[in-house]
Amino acid sequence: MYINANQKNIFAYTGARDHQSEQESVVFVHGTGMDHTVWVLPARFFARHQYNVLATDLPGHGRSEGPPPDTIEHMADEVVAAMDGANIEKAALVGHSMGSLVTLSLAARYPERTRSLALIGTAVPMAVHKSLLSSSAQNDHAAIDMLTYWGYSKAAQLGGNENPGMWMVGGTLRLLENSDNDVIHAGLAACNCYDTGVVNAEAVRCPTLFILGTRDIMTPARAGKELAKVITGARVELLEGTGHSLMMERPNDVLDALITIV
Amino acid sequence: MTTPKTFGFDTLTLHAGQQPDPTTGARATPIYQTASYVFKSADHAAALFNVERAGHVYSRITNPTTAVLEERIAALEGGVGAIATASGQAACHLAIATLMSAGSHIVSSGSIYGGTHNLLDYTLRRFGIETTFVDPRDPDAFAAAIRPETRVLFGETLGNPGLEVLNIPVLAEVAHQHGLPLMIDSTFTTPYLCRPFDLGADIIFHSATKFLSGHGVVIGGLLVDGGTFDWETSGKFPTMTEPYAGFHDMNFAVEFGPAAFITRARKEGARDFGACMSPTTAFQVLQGMETLPLRMQRHVENTRKIVKYLSQHDAVEWVSYPELPDHPDHELAQRMLPRGCGAVFSFSIKGGRAAGQRFIEKVELLSHLANVGDAKSLVIHPASTTHHRMDAQALQAAGISEGLIRLSVGLEDPQDLLQDLETALSAAQKA
Repeated sequence: MYINANQKNIFAYTGARDHQSEQESVVFVHGTGMDHTVWVLPARFFARHQYNVLATDLPGHGRSEGPPPDTIEHMADEVVAAMDGANIEKAALVGHSMGSLVTLSLAARYPERTRSLALIGTAVPMAVHKSLLSSSAQNDHAAIDMLTYWGYSKAAQLGGNENPGMWMVGGTLRLLENSDNDVIHAGLAACNCYDTGVVNAEAVRCPTLFILGTRDIMTPARAGKELAKVITGARVELLEGTGHSLMMERPNDVLDALITIV
Repeated sequence: MTTPKTFGFDTLTLHAGQQPDPTTGARATPIYQTASYVFKSADHAAALFNVERAGHVYSRITNPTTAVLEERIAALEGGVGAIATASGQAACHLAIATLMSAGSHIVSSGSIYGGTHNLLDYTLRRFGIETTFVDPRDPDAFAAAIRPETRVLFGETLGNPGLEVLNIPVLAEVAHQHGLPLMIDSTFTTPYLCRPFDLGADIIFHSATKFLSGHGVVIGGLLVDGGTFDWETSGKFPTMTEPYAGFHDMNFAVEFGPAAFITRARKEGARDFGACMSPTTAFQVLQGMETLPLRMQRHVENTRKIVKYLSQHDAVEWVSYPELPDHPDHELAQRMLPRGCGAVFSFSIKGGRAAGQRFIEKVELLSHLANVGDAKSLVIHPASTTHHRMDAQALQAAGISEGLIRLSVGLEDPQDLLQDLETALSAAQKA
C-alpha cells in the first residue's frame, strides 16, 4: 500500500493482507539499496498470523518517492511517519544491516512506539570500506559488486539456496542495479556516519534479539555480540556459516528466530 | 579500485547450486527421487503453500536435485533463477504461456529450430497466439513487424540451419524501445560461448539435451530469467503486474521484484502445465554440465579442424561457419562469440541430393540421426530426411541446398573424424 508520509508517497508491503485495527503490528526495514522484496517470506508469514505488516520502502528506495534520507535518524523518522500514516501506534521492529541501525535509532528515540526489536546483520559502528564508499559516490557498478559478493558467505556465493531454483547472487545484483543513482551512496554514507549506536543501544528497553551470521564480513558477529551486551536482556541467535545476507541465505532460520521476538 | 573475489565460470559449472548434502555429507548431488515431502506441522504446510517459507511441496513444482541444476544454469547465465522442464520445447512453451495469452503476437527469427517453428507457426496459432517470422539479420524487420499486441521478440544465438549470428545487442535495443523483452534460445552456444543476458537479452531457454548435457541420454530443458526486464514500466504484462486470482491475488512484480517472471512461471506454469524435469534427469544433466568448459573447448577445436579440411576439399561446394571470413556474420561472430561459434555447421557436397545420400550412407564413425550437441559426432542430410518432401525449389526457399549436410562435431580424435569424412566424400563422388 501507499502511505502519504512527510509529504512523500511511501510504499509499504503488507504481506498481501489488509490491516486490521485490533491486530499487533510488525515493521520491517531493509538495508542499503534494497526494498521490501527482501522481506516477502516473513511478511507473508506474519500477515497470515494476524499481524499488521509494514515492510516499508525507505524514501528513494523501491517504490517510494525520494530523495533518500541522509542520516540514520532521518530514516528512523521516516519510518515513524510511515507508521503514523498506516495508523500503527506500536510495533515489533525488524531491521537488516542499515535497516538495523534505523530500527535501533527508532527504538531508542521512540520507545513508546516499539514493542520489541530484532536486529539482523548489525554492528556499531557500521564503518563502510573506503572503496565501497568511493565507488558508490561515483555510482560505479563496483559498489554493487562489493555489496553483493561481500554480502554473502563464500559457501552461499556457490548457491544452495533454500528457495528452490533461485540464484542468490543474481537476485541481489539485480535488486541493487534497480537503485536510482546516489541512493546506495546515501545509505552507505549514513551508516558510516552513524555514531550514536552505543548511546541508542543503552536507551533500548524493549525485548531485543540479534540475528548474526558467523561468516558475515560486513558486520562481523563479534561486533554484533558486543553491541548486544549493551542492551539489557538482549538475546543473540548465531547462524553458523552465514554471511551478511541472512534473509536470503537462511530464510527459514531467520523466520524461526523472528517468531520468538515479534 | 577494490574488486570482490568471485568464483570463475569453470568453478561454477562444478559447484553452483550445490552444498554437500547436509544429511549424509554426500559430495555429489543426491538424486531426490520423491514426488512429495513430509510437512512438519499443519502450520509448516500452510507456510510452504503460502510462500512464507522456503522448501518443497511437490516435485512437479520444485525438487532438491532439480533445484541444483536450476541454480547452476542461472549462475552460469548470470540470471536470477531458472526452471528445469521436460524438454527445451517445454521451456519455450512455459516462457510464452507465462508472458502472454490468446490475442498476443510474437516476432521471431525465421531461422530457428524446426520444433520451435512448428510450435509458433502452427500449434500456438490454434490457441490464438500469432507469430511473424523475419530475417534474423534484419533488426529493422523485427521492428517493423511489432504490433500493439506483440509481447516478445525471439531468436536463436545461431540460426538453424543457416548459422546466422543473432545481433543480440541491437535486437535487445529494438525490443526494449518497444517495451518488450528479448528471448533467446541459446542451445547451440551454451553460456560457455555466449551469455545473452550480458548482451541485453531478458529471457533464455536451452534444450539441455544438447551441449549442456553432452551425453545425449536425456531430454530436458531450462528456462532462465535475467531479472532485467521492467514489466511495470512496459505496461504490457498483466500476468506480472496485476493480482493473480489463481494464487490468492499474488502480484508478482510487487512481491518478487526482479524475480517476477520466473516466480510466475513456477507458481502458475510449472504447477498447471506440469512439464517438469525428473530428478534423475536433472542429475544426469548435472553430470554433463560439470565438464561443459572442457567439452566446449574441444568441440570448437575439432570443428575448426573439420571446417578447415572441408573448406579445402574438391568435393565440397561451400562451408557455412561464422568463423570463416566469407560468412556474412563473421565480424559479428568475432565480437559476440570470441570463444568460438560452436560445433554445428553445414556444408554442401557436390552432386546434389544423390551425392548427399551416398555420403550419409558411407559415414561410419559419424552417426546419422536427428540431433545435435552430443559428445559423439552426428550428421544429417536434410534433403533426404527432415525435408525429404521438398523439391529443389522449396529447399532453396528454406535456405537448404539439395547437397547440404549438417554436422554436429563431437569429441572424438579429430583425425578419425577426418578419415571418416574423407572416405564418405570420396564415395559420394564416385557414382
